[in-house]
Amino acid sequence: MSDAVLLKTPLHALHLELGAKMVPFGGYDMPVQYPTGVMAEHRHTRAAAGLFDVSHMGQLRLVGAKAAAALETLVPVDVIDLGVFKQRYALFTNEQGGILDDLMICRRPDDLFVVVNAGCKVQDIAHLQAGIGGQCEVIPLPEQALLALQGPQAVTVLARLNPEVAKLTFMTGGFFELDGIPTFLTRSGYTGEDGFEISVHQDQAVALARKLLAHAEVKPIGLGARDSLRLEAGLCLYGHDIDTTTTPVEASLTWAIQKVRRPGGARAGGYPGAAVIEAQLAGGAARKRVGLVSSERMPVREGAKLVDASGAEVGVVTSGTLGPTVNKPVALAYLASSHAAQGTEVFALVRDKRTPMTVSPTPFTPNGYFRG
Amino acid sequence: MSIKYTPDHEWVQIEADGSVTVGITVHAQDALGDVVFVDLPEVGKSYAAKDVAGVVESVKAAADVYMPVSGEITEVNEALRDDPSLANSDPLKAGWFFKVKLANSAELDGLMDGTAYDELVKNS
Repeated sequence: MSDAVLLKTPLHALHLELGAKMVPFGGYDMPVQYPTGVMAEHRHTRAAAGLFDVSHMGQLRLVGAKAAAALETLVPVDVIDLGVFKQRYALFTNEQGGILDDLMICRRPDDLFVVVNAGCKVQDIAHLQAGIGGQCEVIPLPEQALLALQGPQAVTVLARLNPEVAKLTFMTGGFFELDGIPTFLTRSGYTGEDGFEISVHQDQAVALARKLLAHAEVKPIGLGARDSLRLEAGLCLYGHDIDTTTTPVEASLTWAIQKVRRPGGARAGGYPGAAVIEAQLAGGAARKRVGLVSSERMPVREGAKLVDASGAEVGVVTSGTLGPTVNKPVALAYLASSHAAQGTEVFALVRDKRTPMTVSPTPFTPNGYFRG
Repeated sequence: MSIKYTPDHEWVQIEADGSVTVGITVHAQDALGDVVFVDLPEVGKSYAAKDVAGVVESVKAAADVYMPVSGEITEVNEALRDDPSLANSDPLKAGWFFKVKLANSAELDGLMDGTAYDELVKNS
């Protein structure tokens, strides 16, 4: 990857103008932070509104009368019953029940609008083409940029450009003109805060970003704070907290599998790895993704081994840092199910030290989602 | 009193009594971002040059702090332990890490002067 030419989003020049420090991410040259730094950006998003460029992510449309039914053959999620302009979290699974990627699906009147991870988008599009390309059209949208406006004042700012957006609730979307710029946006995000993800044509992405940044509440936020915000919100990062070796049950994502797709449901199974996942739904998995909080100051990061009081290895950390809002080290980790109950104390091995961590509920900070 | 630098982006201030004070450079704290945690060595412990003597961590990453010269740790900055952001706000003064009693003062000759260090940063 390091030798490959990095791709640029439509906002690349704006990031440089704003003084961003750029890093390679998902094949793109992306802003990791702006001059104020990760901590200030994180706090600003929790207090006001942060603007994120997430144009590296994959956007696509599935078009055709059978699109929802077809997509259900690739995800353990209820897509058929998803109402118009309703959005839902989903997972592409493999035959072993592992996770190929996580994604967002929104039903629109004429298609399903799908957002996938940057690092997975090429394989996801190939997976969709191969799996359901005969039943619906799979149309990538590389001409669309994606902006996220996140934080408690996101709605205040966006409503100045179009008051109608304030009527949306969490995980719903719609087509809106923002000060004359046509967009499709959803009230969702990756920070745990109220906010919006805005799909806009690349030719108007900079103009929209500048309109948003013109409001005193809005500051640009880089990938560094995006990571600490999503971690405090208890949200998984693909390739770290979930991957092809983790199942939705192990990943504590069973809430994403609606009843209708579970054993006994009207459309149970019928997706890759259903046998493995159904067995785990019934009998549990040997390990489970949990949240961990430390009472000490030392951050515990990805890869740290977890042991019990006797020193026996019981798990591993998959994401971790000092949470800027909770002001404590927080982590996501896989633990043996015997040690995964809330309140269980384990120890993380960091360098030559053992630091105590307690299995804790996620999110680590209260969500700010607007449910109406 | 003069200041030397290491390729690991640490500064080494030579004190009047011949001991040295060690910290991280402006460039180092800038590259790390907001420092949220430091792990400091034990007072009284001796290390060889290039040994890992501590750790400095930001929200983004952890980095080792190396012993710039061989010697014994005589003092660590407890204020930095309590407020790691001193490494960002005042890296060359209030944000110092530890003091060392030199085992071999000739090792100081192997460190860079300010001009050489500026050159290193410029080319990094």
